[in-house]
Amino acid sequence: MIEVENLTKEYGDFRAIDGITFSVEKGEILGFLGPNGAGKTTTMRILTCFFPPTSGTAKVAGFDCFTESLEVRKRIGYLPESVPLYLEMKVKDYLEFAAGLKGVDPREVDKKVTKVMGDCGIEQMAGRLIKELSKGYRQRVGLAQALVNDPEVLILDEPTIGLDPRQIIEIRKLIKELAGRRTVILSTHILPEVSMICKRVIIINRGRLVAVDTPDNLTARVQGARRVALGVRGPVEVVKERLEAIKGVKTVVIDGKREDGSMGLTVEFEKGVDPRADIPRVMVNNGWDLVEMKTQELSLEDIFIRLITKEEGMVQ
Amino acid sequence: MRNIYLIFSKELKSYFTSPIAYVVITIFLIITGYFFYNILATFSLISFQAETNPIIARQYNLLNINESVVRPLFGNISMIMLLMMPLLTMRLFAEEKKTGTIELLLTYPVKDVEVLVGKFLACVAVFGVMLLSTITYPVLLMVLGEPEMGPIITGYLGLFLLGVAFISLGIFTSSLTENQIISATIAFGALLIFWLLSYSMLFAPPELGRLIAYISMTEHLESLAKGVLDTEDILYYINFTLLFLFLTLRSIESRRWRG
Repeated sequence: MIEVENLTKEYGDFRAIDGITFSVEKGEILGFLGPNGAGKTTTMRILTCFFPPTSGTAKVAGFDCFTESLEVRKRIGYLPESVPLYLEMKVKDYLEFAAGLKGVDPREVDKKVTKVMGDCGIEQMAGRLIKELSKGYRQRVGLAQALVNDPEVLILDEPTIGLDPRQIIEIRKLIKELAGRRTVILSTHILPEVSMICKRVIIINRGRLVAVDTPDNLTARVQGARRVALGVRGPVEVVKERLEAIKGVKTVVIDGKREDGSMGLTVEFEKGVDPRADIPRVMVNNGWDLVEMKTQELSLEDIFIRLITKEEGMVQ
Repeated sequence: MRNIYLIFSKELKSYFTSPIAYVVITIFLIITGYFFYNILATFSLISFQAETNPIIARQYNLLNINESVVRPLFGNISMIMLLMMPLLTMRLFAEEKKTGTIELLLTYPVKDVEVLVGKFLACVAVFGVMLLSTITYPVLLMVLGEPEMGPIITGYLGLFLLGVAFISLGIFTSSLTENQIISATIAFGALLIFWLLSYSMLFAPPELGRLIAYISMTEHLESLAKGVLDTEDILYYINFTLLFLFLTLRSIESRRWRG
């Protein structure tokens, strides 16, 4: 549905994106992940034909974003990061305006606008001026204008930025529901969002592609062996010795005294084995107190940081 | 066509939902009304004096209502237009650039030229309303005296063409910046220079003088206000407008090739 090949965009001397290649299948929800200034918005602006790339090609539904831009623009719904709306217009008037410009049949404008307002939960705001709406509702109006012509491809630039937690959950739910059979590209720097909504993730940093994979695979890829953090009351050196004796334990590190007075230890296992159940047994058998035992799993945040720092390390 | 109409009606509505159109038209009418009153009062004073003073009576032009009222009035209206038009045009692109709405608008399946023409026509429509509301002045003159209709009609044509030319330049400066004040300032400056060019005709060499006379906006209005309908003048305004609309189009498109 979307094919991006060797895409590069330069602003003067600054290279905003540098040779990015990826493709998105029909019906896929792709997460576009990266720190601020990584080139997410630039890529999206090229895909929405706002400006062309310096070199490389981008195709949406088989049409080139530069040479067949009108065809591409007919097929996309776009929500820019800043949610730019005409504040002095009423919600319904604005959506009718957008529907008209997006080529919705004049006889169907009313029907489609009513439907999209229903889908986005803004029917009761139809007669209100956009400037009177809260950020959350503006976001919904922005989504509504993107969806009004029933586009095949939806491009959303940080759709949940600046919202309160409840609104974020609502908008995410909305995006998931509305995605349907559409192809969606969604950029964000909030990582849980990606694992919640997206089937595949692209991570970019400083204009370069760092990784493309499913959130689960990414976790598996970066994560080495499993680690467990312990809080123990007992003779720490002996505890360490005994823990090291457990089969499958690779290393035991003493972290020092914890807030509750117990000693903290981190146990790292060898790959592919899981001797977690043995730890409490050893403790109880020796009469020590096991205050806490916590598996340390890498979140997408850690993966992200690791991937990015790894890449930057390579650059230096 | 539908896209042009949609943009046209959206822009027209926003002129009248935000009070811009009302404010500009009101101020325009107050100032032109003030000029009209004073020109007319002077004219009637001179007319009274001419009854008793044969020297004044012999000066035919002074007692001609077209020459002494209509022409100076058109001159004043055009000057006030110069001050007001940049205020109508400054927001057309600058505001959309500032708020970012241009990004959505230009990623809709709409051609740049349709956006431009829609906005341009909306501004022309507001200006049309503004100019049309001054029609009370010649109507009053017809009630009070017997002005010749020809020069009034060609004068209005001249004012309309002049205003449209102002609009095209104003839209152009609006497309250059996201700051409305900068847009209006450049438009003021450029229009004033086009206006005042005729001053340098006094000392310019004859060849250059003719060129300056052709470029200057005032010269062309003068003959139309006298009632001379010359295609050269009409073409001048049309060319001026097309040139700046073309430049605006290039300016909108420049996002495609600028780094």
